[in-house]
Amino acid sequence: MNIHEYQAKQLFQQYAIPIPEGSYADTPERAKQVASELAGNGWVVKAQVHAGGRGKVGGVKLAKSLVEVAEFSHELLGKRLVTIQTDSLGLPINSLLIEKIYPIKRELYLSLILDRATERVMFIASAAGGMDIEAVAHETPEKIISVAVHPAAGLQGYSCRKVAYTLGLKGQQIKALEKIMQGMYALFLAKDASQIEINPLIETDSGELMALDAKINFDDNALALHPEILAMKDPSQEDDKENEAQRFGLNYITLEGNIGCMVNGAGLAMATMDLVKLKGGLPANFLDVGGGTNVEKVCEAFKLIISDSNVKAVLVNIFGGIVKCDVIAQGILAAIEQVHVTIPVVVRLEGTNVEEGRALLTNTGLNLYAAEDLSHAAEKVVELAKAVA
Amino acid sequence: MSILINKDTKVICQGFTGKQGTFHSEQALAYGTKLVGGVTPERGGETHLGLPVFNTVQDAVTSTGATASVIYVPPFYAADAILEAVDAGIQLIVCITEGIPTLQMLRVKAAMAGTGALLIGPNCPGIITPDECKIGIMPAKIHLAGSIGIVSRSGTLTYESVHQTTLQGLGQSTCVGIGGDPVHGMNFVDVLSRFQADEQTKGIVMVGEIGGGEEEDAAEYIKAFVTKPVVAYIAGQTAPAGKRMGHAGAIVTGGKGTAAGKIAALRAAGIEVVSSPTDIGVAMKGCF
Repeated sequence: MNIHEYQAKQLFQQYAIPIPEGSYADTPERAKQVASELAGNGWVVKAQVHAGGRGKVGGVKLAKSLVEVAEFSHELLGKRLVTIQTDSLGLPINSLLIEKIYPIKRELYLSLILDRATERVMFIASAAGGMDIEAVAHETPEKIISVAVHPAAGLQGYSCRKVAYTLGLKGQQIKALEKIMQGMYALFLAKDASQIEINPLIETDSGELMALDAKINFDDNALALHPEILAMKDPSQEDDKENEAQRFGLNYITLEGNIGCMVNGAGLAMATMDLVKLKGGLPANFLDVGGGTNVEKVCEAFKLIISDSNVKAVLVNIFGGIVKCDVIAQGILAAIEQVHVTIPVVVRLEGTNVEEGRALLTNTGLNLYAAEDLSHAAEKVVELAKAVA
Repeated sequence: MSILINKDTKVICQGFTGKQGTFHSEQALAYGTKLVGGVTPERGGETHLGLPVFNTVQDAVTSTGATASVIYVPPFYAADAILEAVDAGIQLIVCITEGIPTLQMLRVKAAMAGTGALLIGPNCPGIITPDECKIGIMPAKIHLAGSIGIVSRSGTLTYESVHQTTLQGLGQSTCVGIGGDPVHGMNFVDVLSRFQADEQTKGIVMVGEIGGGEEEDAAEYIKAFVTKPVVAYIAGQTAPAGKRMGHAGAIVTGGKGTAAGKIAALRAAGIEVVSSPTDIGVAMKGCF
């Protein structure tokens, strides 16, 4: 799960990680008020969306007067922001973060991730901050340092000093960085984060370190342990259909094709999408209905798939293991009737009681095709989608 | 021979009296698995499915001599269950549970280091040696005792591979689902090395997916050490970056872990990678 920058900074504050003075606003009036309370003669107005690359597309603006703060806020609020990390529709700007401007001497990069290769929580740091760290890693890997933390030993001072010296920090800054790293590590463990990124971590003219930006992702598997984090969820930043799917325990991801896919198992769902593409079609979604498929789940899955107006045909691919194929076939028939599915549906069933299952799906009078095998099913659905489109 | 388990493997079940534990234990017993008991705290001394229930894994091991355990407990109790099995000296731990927080698995793995215990999963279908021993949730009927070793990160793609190698008359020596989580137990290399050493295994099917770098590691290992034919398939060629494809581990981040990268690494190592998941069985058959 993702949260907004202003929420991440609230968490930073709880863990003694220095952040710019500022506050959240959801109206131009409120934004102006926040700026006037912050005092000074310049402010930054930052659109709050769950995507990076905001600065390059006008999502971060520098205001030189309170009038400008209100103007920029008025411009941004209610608009959708399209960045390199969003789709072509972008994400809605419902809130802003108004902050004081600080004189920047240097921009650094500091993040904490869960590294699956080493199975450790790992700091990544670079003196080349403010930029796309992936590009830095690709072009100049020597500018990046990584430090893994052993779960039993925890974060030791030497690891922090190693990062500090690599970043070219001196004197009091070394202690300051250690405090920031300890805060990040404590936050990561306490809230089951999967990534905490500060890009840039700035060194101000006076030598202070400060998290100018903040990004935190959380482990979805652990959210039930952290209701306070779950409360920060902003459904407006996520796909409506993906939100709806979660309510029914379905794993759904919107894609841009016109062939709806319903599959049991994540791996088989990905493989089915790949096969559709291989046969010349484009999948409209990833959808894993899970192991214990029942009529209700199949109904909800059909509703989701056909709510996407791009979908011209549906491919159902179920490998019935513990669940019997005839039971699944009955579920599909019930779902087509209840949900009023009119577009063609191709079904590939395999596993226990497959003959009984296929028999149920044959000669139904519905726009339904029971395929003999997966390869044929994929070919058929691509053909049907093309005929409709 | 087979790898890791056979008809003599004594298995216990943690979470034995729960709904999942009960259902899959019944299936395992029907298959002929030497299930010798189970563990549910506070239920020790009872009998369930005709087998003894113990309060602790240690009690179960002492009484039954079990060397393997299968775990069907809910996600927030699974780390505890794995470490209890390790502590009791269980050699092979199969954790079916899906949804364990990654930081908990990270601590489990660190605690397991040096103990010698093997972990399969979590978030996996388990392991089966056809006609001998079934530990997990895979449908028994599709299997056929034979010569192909199957290792996969995905449950249903394991079934797909099993089904196809059965239709081709090749059958399976042992099938191992290593699980879809980013931090998990045995990896591709751990299983491949055992298939290479196993006489019954004549060919290997390896099913990977997007995310992580284990397929790339496997490619290097196969090139250096595996002399048996390997057919590979990688799921997620159409998956967009930054989106988690169901499995917690199946995500492309920062250009790493793409299907294209994995396929290229495997092909560079001389491994046959099929483009379609429906060609796994035919390609394997073609190696003989």
